[in-house]
Amino acid sequence: METIILFAPLIGAIICGFGWWIIGETAAQWTATGLLFLACLLSWVVFFSFDGVTQQIPVMRFIESGTLATDWAIRLDRLTAIMLIVVTTVSALVHLYSFGYMDHDPQWNEGESYKPRFFAYLSFFTFAMLALITSDNLVQMFFGWEGVGVASYLLIGFYYRKPSANAAAIKAFVVNRVGDFGFALGIFALFFLTDSINFSDIFASAPTLAETRVTFLWSEWNAVEIVAFLLFIGAMGKSAQLLLHTWLPDAMEGPTPVSALIHAATMVTAGVFLVCRMSPIMEFAPHATAFITVMGAATAFFAATVGLVQTDIKRVIAYSTCSQLGYMFVAAGVGMYSAAMFHLFTHAFFKALLFLGAGSVIHAMHHEQDMMNYGNLRKKIPYTFWAMMIGTLAITGVGIPLTTIGFAGFLSKDAIIESAYAGGSGFGFWALVIAAFMTSFYSWRLIFLTFFGKERGDKHTHEHAHESPMVMLIPLGVLSLGAVFAGMIWYNQFFGHADQVGKFYGIPVAEAHADDHAKDATNGDDHAKADDHGKAKDDDHGGDKAYGGDHHYAFVGKLGEGALYMAPDNHVLDDAHAAPKWVKVSPFIAMVLGLALAYLFYIVNPALPKRLAENQRPLYLFLKNKWYFDELYDAVIVGPIKALGRLLWKGGDGSIIDGFLNGVAMGIVPFFTRLAGRAQSGYIFTYAFWMVIGIAAFVTWMTLGGGAN
Amino acid sequence: MSGYLLSAVCFIPALAALIMALFLRGDDDAAQLNAKRFALVTTTVTFIISLGILTQFDASNTGFQFVEEGEWLVGLKYKMGVDGISVLFVMLTTFIMPLTILASWGVTTRVKEYMIAFLMLETLMLGVFMALDLVLFYLFFEAGLIPMFLIIGIWGGANRIYASFKFFLYTFLGSVLMLVAMVAMYSDAGTTDIEALLTHEFAFETFSLLGIQIVGGMQTLMFLAFFASFAVKMPMWPVHTWLPDAHVQAPTAGSVVLAAILLKMGGYGFLRFSIPMFPVGSEVMTPLVLWMSAIAIVYTSLVALVQEDMKKLIAYSSVAHMGFVTMGIFATTQQGLDGAIFQMLSHGFISAALFLCVGVIYDRMHTRDIDAYGGLVNRMPAYALVFMLFTMANVGLPGTSGFVGEFLTLMGTFPVNTWVTAVACSGVIFSAAYALWLYRRVVFGDLIKESLKTINDMSMREKVTFAPLIVMTILLGVYPALITDVIGPATAALKSHYDTALAAAEAATQHASN
Repeated sequence: METIILFAPLIGAIICGFGWWIIGETAAQWTATGLLFLACLLSWVVFFSFDGVTQQIPVMRFIESGTLATDWAIRLDRLTAIMLIVVTTVSALVHLYSFGYMDHDPQWNEGESYKPRFFAYLSFFTFAMLALITSDNLVQMFFGWEGVGVASYLLIGFYYRKPSANAAAIKAFVVNRVGDFGFALGIFALFFLTDSINFSDIFASAPTLAETRVTFLWSEWNAVEIVAFLLFIGAMGKSAQLLLHTWLPDAMEGPTPVSALIHAATMVTAGVFLVCRMSPIMEFAPHATAFITVMGAATAFFAATVGLVQTDIKRVIAYSTCSQLGYMFVAAGVGMYSAAMFHLFTHAFFKALLFLGAGSVIHAMHHEQDMMNYGNLRKKIPYTFWAMMIGTLAITGVGIPLTTIGFAGFLSKDAIIESAYAGGSGFGFWALVIAAFMTSFYSWRLIFLTFFGKERGDKHTHEHAHESPMVMLIPLGVLSLGAVFAGMIWYNQFFGHADQVGKFYGIPVAEAHADDHAKDATNGDDHAKADDHGKAKDDDHGGDKAYGGDHHYAFVGKLGEGALYMAPDNHVLDDAHAAPKWVKVSPFIAMVLGLALAYLFYIVNPALPKRLAENQRPLYLFLKNKWYFDELYDAVIVGPIKALGRLLWKGGDGSIIDGFLNGVAMGIVPFFTRLAGRAQSGYIFTYAFWMVIGIAAFVTWMTLGGGAN
Repeated sequence: MSGYLLSAVCFIPALAALIMALFLRGDDDAAQLNAKRFALVTTTVTFIISLGILTQFDASNTGFQFVEEGEWLVGLKYKMGVDGISVLFVMLTTFIMPLTILASWGVTTRVKEYMIAFLMLETLMLGVFMALDLVLFYLFFEAGLIPMFLIIGIWGGANRIYASFKFFLYTFLGSVLMLVAMVAMYSDAGTTDIEALLTHEFAFETFSLLGIQIVGGMQTLMFLAFFASFAVKMPMWPVHTWLPDAHVQAPTAGSVVLAAILLKMGGYGFLRFSIPMFPVGSEVMTPLVLWMSAIAIVYTSLVALVQEDMKKLIAYSSVAHMGFVTMGIFATTQQGLDGAIFQMLSHGFISAALFLCVGVIYDRMHTRDIDAYGGLVNRMPAYALVFMLFTMANVGLPGTSGFVGEFLTLMGTFPVNTWVTAVACSGVIFSAAYALWLYRRVVFGDLIKESLKTINDMSMREKVTFAPLIVMTILLGVYPALITDVIGPATAALKSHYDTALAAAEAATQHASN
C-alpha cells in the first residue's frame, strides 16, 4: 500500500506529461488527479491503521560502494504517516483546485497546451516529496530533497516567458543548493563517522558520536554537533530560514496553486521534517539545537516584520510562511519535536487554505495581486471571504485561552510558545510572542484591505469580480475543516500528556521513580524544579485536569525506537504544560492586540498607515525592502563572484596560463604557424603529424631495443 | 571467436575504414550517403559485438580477462585484455560511436575522409583501454590524437588551426615525458607487460637530484612524468586551456568524442598506471592533486559562469566535472575510486548529450553565441525537454547519473581531506548557477529574435540520437548498481593493492632507517 502511495503520483506525472497527446488533455489531468486522490485515500488509511511500530519496505538497490549500501526503501513510522497525509491531502486538493485556477490562464496563447505540463509537474513534485518523507536513508532523502527542488524550479518558472519568473526559479534552485551543500557535507560526515547512512544505524550510534571528536575544516569539533549543524544548513535552505530565505518570496512568481502546495504546505516544511527525523542526533547536540532555536526565532521575527508592509497579497502570505516555519524550528530546537510536527500539520491546512483563498481572490480580480487595488470584496466573493476568514482565525490563533478549544493554529502555535518558554529560550519565547502580534496584524490587514473598506484600483476589474467555480471552492471547504478542527482533534496526540504523545509516536514512556531522583544527582535540580511546576500547575490549572496529576514521565525509548527520540531528561513537554498562566495567555493577548491595531489602521482610520509610513520613512523602507537582503547579497556575493569569474577567465586562463604557454612555446609557435599557413591549402598538415608520430615510434623502438641488449 | 573478441571489437572499425578508403569512390551525394551508412553500420555492429564482452565478463574476477598475447613487428609484444576498470570504458566507446556518426549526418565536405577519421579514432581509443603492453598502449594513446587533430583541423570552425596546435603543444610535452618514463620503467623492470609491471615494485628511496630532495624517489619522478601526460588529457587545472578552444573549433561529433571518450583516457591512465604502479609517488603527490582538483572545480565553474559561447561554457563545465574524477581517484578510498569511474562514464553520456544539444541548434543557426538565442521552448518543446534533462544531469541531480559520481567522489574524499571536500562541494552551487543560467538564456523567455521565428524542433534522427543517452542517464541514476557491480571488485582490489604497497614501503623505509 505504501508503495502504491509513493508511485501513484509518479505514474500520474508520466502519463500526464507524456501521454496527454494520446489520451487528450482533460483525460491526462484527471488521471493525475485521480491517482493523487487514490494516494491520499490510502495515506489516510495508513495513518489511522498505523500501530506505531516502524516498518521498512525495501524497493530496489541504490548506490552501493564498498561499505556504503543504500536502497530505495520506504520507512513507515509516525513521522512518515503524518507527512503522508499532509502531502497527499494538500496535493490532491491543489490538483483539483488547479482545474479551475489554470483554466484560461492569460499567460498563454490560445491553443497552447500548458495544463498537462502543469499537472505533470505537480504530480512529479508530489512523488519527490513522498520519496523524501518515506526514505529510510539520507541518500534517498537527498534525492527527494533535490527532486522537490527541481519541481519547485520548474513550477516557479512555469510562466517561462516572464523574465521575473525565470530569475526567481533560478534563485530558488541556487539558494537551495547552498543549503544542500551543508546537507551533503553532513551526509558525508555521518558516513565517515558511522559507516552508514541508514537512519537506524545513524540513530543507534548517536551516543558514540556525542563523545567523538572530528576534524572538520579548521578545527576539531564534537562530531554530533557538527553533523547536526551541517544538516540544519540544509534545512535552512529548504525551509527558507534567515540568511537563506530570499528565494521564498520570489517564488511567488509561480502560479498560486504551486505556492499553496510547495511553498506553504509541503516542500518548505521539509527542513523541519529533517530536524525532527534526525531527533536522535539533535538530542545529543545542545549547541546545534540552541542555534536552531535562535535562527528559528530570528526568522519568525524577521519575516513577520517584513510581512507588515508588503502589499502583494501572495508576498504577505509568503513571509507569513517563512515566519511560521521559524516557529516550527524553535519547537524543534528546544526539543519539542512533536510540537514542531503539530504546527507543521495544522499550518499545512490553514496556510494552503490562505494561499488557495488568495488564489481565488486573484482569479476573481483578473490576476491583480496588489492589495492596494482590492477592497470591499466580501460581498462579491463570499465563499472565498469566509474561507480566508477561517484561515486567518487559524493562523492568528483564535481560541479560548487555557483550554484546548480553538482553531488549529491556536493550539499548535501556543504549544510552540509554551515549549519555547519551557525549553528555557527567553529569546525564542519573546521573539515568538512579538511575532504572534505581528502575525495577527498583517493577517488581519490582509483581510481588511481585501474584503473591507472601499473598492480601490481599476473599477472595471471590480465590476467583473466573480466567485470562483466549484472545483476551487471544494478544496477551500475541505481545508477550512482542517483549519478549524485539526488542532482540537489531534491535540492530545501531538501535545497532550506524555503517555498519549508517546503512544502516538511509538515511544515508550515510563514513570520516573523516586529512586531515580536520588541516583540521578545531576538531574536532581531539574526534578526539583519539575516538582515545583507540578504544584504550580495544580494551583493554576483548574481546567487542565486532562493532563493528569503528577508528571514525572520520561520518554525512555531506545534510539531509533519510535518515530522521535526524546532523551529521558527532556522534560520540555511536561514543563510546557506547567508553564505559568501568563505565558499561556501571552500569545492570545498578542493576537488580540494585533487585531485591534489592524482594525484601527485599516477600518477606523485608513489614513493612519500612510502617515505612519511617512513619519517613519527609514524604518518603512527598511521593512518594505525586506531588510535589504537581496541588495546586500547582490553586492557582496553575486557581483564579486561574477567579477571573479571574469578575472579568472581573462586573467587566469588568458593572460597567465596561455601567456605562459605562449612564452614557453615562443620558439616553436612561429614555426608551426608558418606550417599552419601552408596546411590550410594542402595535406602537409597531415604529413606533419605522421612525421611526429613516426619519430616517436622510432625513438620508442630504439630505446626498447637498446634496453633489451 | 571469443578468444579474439577484444581484437575483433578493436579492429573492426579500422578494417572498415580501410575498406572505405580502398573501395569507396566518388564524392557525389550517393557516395556520401554510402559512407555515412557504412560507418553507422560498422560502429553499430562493433557495439553489438562488444556486448559480448560485457555479458561474458566476470566481475568477481579482478584479474584481466579475454587476454590475447602475441608478437608483432620487431619483437614488440601484442597483448590485450580488460578488467573491471577498463571494460566499461570499452563499452562507453562502442556505445558513443554510432551516436557520433548519427550526429554527423549533416556533414557535406569530404565525407569519406571524415568517416575514416572517426572509424580510425574508434579503433585507437578502444586500443588504449584494451592494451596490456606499454608500447602498444603508448602507440594507441598517441596515435589517437591524429584523427582528432584532423577532425578539428579539417572539419573545424574558423580558428581551427590555432586550436589544434594548442591541443598539440599541450599533449606533445606530456607525451615526451611519458615516453621517457616508460623507457625508465622498461630498463628497471625488464618488461613492457602491464600485467607484470602492476606487480613490479619500483624504487621509492628518497634521493636528491640537483640538490633537491625527491621524496618517493624514482616513483615520484615516474609519477610526475605520467602525470604530465594524463593531467593534460583530463584536463586538469591549470593545463586545461586547450580544451575550450578545441571544443569550440571542433565539429559537433568531434566535441562529443573528445568530451565523452578522449577525456577519460587521463583518468584511466591514473587508474591503470599511476596509482597501482607508483603508489609511493602517488601518495607523495596526493595533496597537490587533491587541491588541484578542488581548485579546478571552483575555478572552472566560475569561469563557466561568465561565458558567452555555449560550447565554451560546457567545455569549462567538463573540466569542473573532471575535477571530481581526479579528486576521487587520489582520495583512493573505495567510494572515491568507484565515484571517479562512475563520474567518467556518466560524464561520457551527459557531456556527449550536451554537446549534441549545442549541435542541434548550431546546425540550424550556425552560431554558438548564447545571446543569439532565447525563447526556443516556444518552437522547440522536445528540444527544451531534452536539454532540460541533461542540464539537470549536468548539475548532478539525484536520479540522474550525474549525481552518483559527484556524490561518491565527495563522500570518498571527506575522510581524506575535509577542506578539499568542502571546496569541491561548493562546486555544486556554481554548477547549478551556470547551467540554469545558460538554459534560461537559450531556451526560456519570449521568442523575440526574428532569425529564430522559423526554427524547427528536433528531427527524428536527432531524437533517435538522444534516446540512448537519455535512457542511460536515467537508468544509471536510478540503478547505479549496473556500474558499481562491475567496477566494485576491481576498485576494491586496486585499493587493497595500493594500501598494501604503501604499508610495505613504509615498513621498508623504517627498516632502512633502523
